[in-house]
This record gives sequence, C-alpha cells and structure tokens, in this order.
Amino acid sequence: MQATLNAAVAPAYSPEVRQLLFDYVLQLADTSLLLGHRLSEWCGHGPILEQDLALANIALDLLGETRSLYQYAAELEGRRRTEDDLAFLRVATDYRNPLLVEQPNGDFAHTVVRQFLFDNFHYHFLQQLQTSPNEHLAAIAEKSVKEAAYHLKWSAEWIIRLGDGTEESRQRIDKAISKLWRYAGELTTPTPTEKALQDLGLIPNYTALQPTLDAYVAQVFAEATLPVPQQIAVQLGGKQGRHSEHLGYILAELQYMQRTYPGMQW
Amino acid sequence: MSQSEWPLWEVFIRSKQGLDHKHVGSLHAADAAMAIQNARDVYTRRMEGVSIWVVESRHIHASNPDDAAAFFDPANDKVYRHPTFYQVPDSIKHM
Amino acid sequence: METAELTQEELFQQRIDADQRIEPKDWMPDAYRKTLIRQISQHAHSEIVGMLPEGNWITRAPSLKRKSILLAKVQDEAGHGLYLYSAAETLGASRDQMLADLHAGKAKYSSIFNYPTLSWADIGCVGWLVDGAAILNQVPLCRTSFGPYARAMVRVCKEESFHQRQGFEIMQTLCEGAPEQKAMAQEALNRWWWPTLMMFGPKDDESPNTARSMQWRIKRFTNDELRQKFVDMMVPQAEFLGLTVPDLALQWNETKQGYDFGEVNWEEFWQVVNGNGLCNHDRLQARVDAWEEGAWVREAALAHAEKRRQRQEPIHKSGPTRKAELPQD
Repeated sequence: MQATLNAAVAPAYSPEVRQLLFDYVLQLADTSLLLGHRLSEWCGHGPILEQDLALANIALDLLGETRSLYQYAAELEGRRRTEDDLAFLRVATDYRNPLLVEQPNGDFAHTVVRQFLFDNFHYHFLQQLQTSPNEHLAAIAEKSVKEAAYHLKWSAEWIIRLGDGTEESRQRIDKAISKLWRYAGELTTPTPTEKALQDLGLIPNYTALQPTLDAYVAQVFAEATLPVPQQIAVQLGGKQGRHSEHLGYILAELQYMQRTYPGMQW
Repeated sequence: MSQSEWPLWEVFIRSKQGLDHKHVGSLHAADAAMAIQNARDVYTRRMEGVSIWVVESRHIHASNPDDAAAFFDPANDKVYRHPTFYQVPDSIKHM
Repeated sequence: METAELTQEELFQQRIDADQRIEPKDWMPDAYRKTLIRQISQHAHSEIVGMLPEGNWITRAPSLKRKSILLAKVQDEAGHGLYLYSAAETLGASRDQMLADLHAGKAKYSSIFNYPTLSWADIGCVGWLVDGAAILNQVPLCRTSFGPYARAMVRVCKEESFHQRQGFEIMQTLCEGAPEQKAMAQEALNRWWWPTLMMFGPKDDESPNTARSMQWRIKRFTNDELRQKFVDMMVPQAEFLGLTVPDLALQWNETKQGYDFGEVNWEEFWQVVNGNGLCNHDRLQARVDAWEEGAWVREAALAHAEKRRQRQEPIHKSGPTRKAELPQD
C-alpha cells in the first residue's frame, strides 16, 4: 500500500537509472521465482509430513516476494508487461538469477545447504535493503525480511541437525556443501548493474555485508561441527544470463502453458 | 521401525492477545524447537495464532473417565456457586 | 436402577444416540476403535496421496497467482492428512504403522487419485468436482461421534472451502476463455465426472458396513444418498459453466425433485479399488520413495536431539532472531 503511494511520487529516475533498477529488480524476482519453483518440487515428497508443510511455506513466501518484485519491475519498465509476461515469457539467457537457486533439489541435504546459503544472504541483505532510499524496494524488503528470518532459522537448524546428526547425514551434508559452495560467492559478487546501484546508494554494499555472512556461517557450522570450506573457485554467470544447463529444463516446465497457449487468461 | 518415530507433541495456540492458549492438535517433531516451528507451519497457516506452546504428549497426565462421576458430579448440586442462584431486587444496580 | 443392567456396550450406544461425543480415553467397543482407525487412516492416506495428482501441475501452473494458490492448496492437503493421522493416533495407532500399512498396500485410499491429471483443466476439475464430493462426505463428519475426528474435520472443512472455489474459478476462467480453453474444460469433465461419482463408494446394497457405521454415527448418510446429493448439486453448476455432463441418462425427475442419472461403471470401480487403475502403482511408489528417501533425515534429527539431551542443551543457539522471534511466554 505504502509502496504504491510512494511509487506515484517516486523520484524521477533518469532513464539510465531506471534501466539499472529494472534489470536489478528482475534479478531479484527471477531469484525468488527459481528458488520457490525448486522448493515447490518437494511438495508431496518431503521426508515427513511436517517438513513437507515447512518447505511449501518457504516456497509460498518466495513466490509472494516474486510477485511483488515482478509487479514493480513491470511498473519501472512501463511497457505494460505483466508479472506473468516477465516470469513466463523470456528466454533463458534473459533470466538474471544466480546459479545457486537453479541447482536441483538433490537429496534433502542439498536442498538444506542451498537454502542456507541463500537465506544467509537473503536475510542479511534484506535487512539492509529496508533502508534503501527507493521506498518501493524498502517496502518489499520490510515484508520479506520477516519471512527470510524464519527461513534462515529453519535452514540453519537443519544444517546443525544434519551436520551433528548421524554418520550418514554427515556424509550427505559434506557432499552437498562441497557441491554447492562454489555457487555461494556469486550472491555477493556484484555485477556491473549492482555495482552502479551500490554506487548510487540504492542497494546495500556487499563488501560491507560479507563479514556478517561469514560470521553467521562460522557460528552455525561450529554448532553443526562442520568445517567451513576453504575458499574454492567461485562460479559466476547466472546474474548476467550465463546459466547452468538446469535452467532450460525448469523453464520448459514453467513456461509450458504460456508458450503453448499464448495470450490467454488463466 | 517404530523406535525411530519422532515423538508426538500436543500443540496449544493463543489465537489473540488476552485469550488462553487452546489445544489445537498434535504433530511429530524431533525436538522442542522443531515442534514449535512445525506447529507454526501446520497450525497457523491462516493467522490462527500469536503464541504457541508445545508439550510432549507423554508428559500430559489426564483424569480417568471412570472417575468422571466422582470428580465432576458433586459440582452438579452446588447451584449456589452460580450468580443466577440469587435473586436481586430490580432496583439494585451494579451487582 | 435399571442402568445397572445395561452392558458397557449398551451404555456406549446410549451416549451415541444422545449425540454425545466419545473421547479417546472413554470405553469403546473394540470394533468401534478398529473401524475408526481404518476409516480415519484411509481418509488421511487419501489426503496425502491426493497431493500427487495436483502436485503434478505445480511446476506448470499457467500464472504466478495460480501457482501460489495451487501450492497453498496442496500444502493444505498435507495439513489435513496430518490432522487426521493425529486423530487416529489418539486411538492408539502410530503414524509410522499407518504409513507402513499404506506402503505395504494393506491400507486403502480414495481411488479417485489413481486417475492422472493430464491438462490444466484437470486441476480445475479436481478442485470443483473431487473436492466438492469430498466436502459432501466431510461436512456430516464434523458431527461424527468420535471427538478428535469431529474436531479434525471441522478444521479440514474450514480450510477446504477455498479449495472447491478455486477449482470452480479455474473452470469458469477456462469456460469464459478461448475455444481451446473451453474444450480443455469439457474434455477434463468428461474424464472426471464418472470417477467422481465413484468416490461415494459402492451402492448401498453392496456396502455391508454402512448400517453399523450409521448406528455408531461415524457415517451419517449412505453412499447413494450422498451420490444423489452430489449430482443434484453439480448439474446446475455444470450448466452455469456451459459444460455438458457426460451422461445421456441424466434427466430431471420432478417427482423426486432430483436428477435421475446413469449407472456407474462398477467394473471399472472395482478394478481401480483393487489396484489396477492407471496410476495406482506410481502413486504408491511415490509415497514409498519419499518415505524411504527421508529415513536418514528423520534419523539424523532424532540422533541430534539425543546428543543435545545428553549435553543438556535444550534448543539451538543459532538463529538470526532467536531472542525476538518466537514468543517467550
């Protein structure tokens, strides 16, 4: 509500800044969409009923955030595209999500590690974004940060349970960490778009954020009796449209209806 | 198989400030922290609560239905405990 | 007094006839307990297996709004399964054992979920028809004689009411849309109509337990009564949508103030009940896989909780808002 009101009196950004913001909001929206989509694949297949519900709740939060972001992106673009046009009718190389969130669910350990790496960034980042001078982003952050706090609580606790659980859970989470760690760095490696927006003071600075993220990982991993992985080569590309092979298959499902029946209402 | 089942917990929810926690059902969880979160995910999806209590089911002690007569019937004839037992003249206010 | 001469069973029936609820610790006939465990766990299994055909479309839902609604709905089914398992657990059944019976093929679930969801309109039909039929079954159960079951059903029915509406809304949107969409809706109705009628179970004269279940008030209408009610309720809705119910025998009967309708294909009904429907095998396998692949997760959580107990650490320290997030009272 507040966001809509403010949008009407939003500072008149230059076309360049507007474009930067549009690209960036799309990136955030794509990120929530892809992770929400992945989590929704668990529905009906969770390890126990209670956790099936938990996973779906996280997915629903992310999808809610996705919609707010696409709606704002559409508004910034001003070309009368809808949230669904943006979500369903772009080609893979136009999606701006980091590689991490398009990685397959794998076993529960992979899902938990992927979620923890994302939640740690997401929560701490949203905390900062709440104070963005862009009131639209600040309003979205204010709503989402409460959800993200819960997500992080959930994933951190599962990291601890699996790390300090049984031998098997330890092996599985080790494997998941060594597979997914390489994608974590992309979250805090700014693209030129992000760099420009950071310089304008519109979004949080990742360099300043990094110590908080590292400290939290250290805390949770210590409780999980897991060693924090040494620096390994970071995989970048998703935020600039260079994706893993997984994205195409996700889009094949995601876009199936919209592509098969163009222009219809559902 | 059965020894690996997560313990059963009873869930109590305060639907809004000022009301008692009320029993809403049960669920399984490995520990108390998880039980509270599961309760949140299972029983408050539609804004049903502002506070959650969980207690492991095995810790609940209940009265025995066979004792119901001895426990509860004696209260039946103590109507004088209820305000409606007393007649107050119409002209008396605030009582 | 004369009550002294009544057996426990007669006293029990007296309470039921007086519409009193039976609670878990009350005396009850063994057969009542067994029948309830069977009925409630079947009901719970249906919710859980029922997540699969609809879950099949979550990743392909045609809009973000529909995706969120569908995910929330399928998640609700998990919740409903959970409420029902909880109710059965008050009777002394363990959820693990009930699941083991399901996985071993010993326990039944609603046959409707052994049909495939082939198009988006199927998601509409499942909400509109299948949930519609389920509600007819479930609303009377809110007054069933066993307290925990009745309370679970109250909760289920409250949540279920949005399910049918979202299904109808999908159908309505399709029927008011492009010709391909309308055709999609009709094609789905053609496939789902008869299986939905089968959801109410065999004809009354082939349903041997009905009389006793009615006497115990764990069933409050007969199968044929509910089936008739359903047809009477749905035909006008189909007409509103401009869809044709695939039954040539369907006709309004002025005398009975209800519709006459054709005969269900009982051979198909028994085929699917007995495990030979298109999806029986896949549905059960999906549940078994989820359970088996989740075993190490459940064990790890228990093992970790045990370690904590031994170290006397009550709950995790980590959590970004651990001080503020959960109410501390």
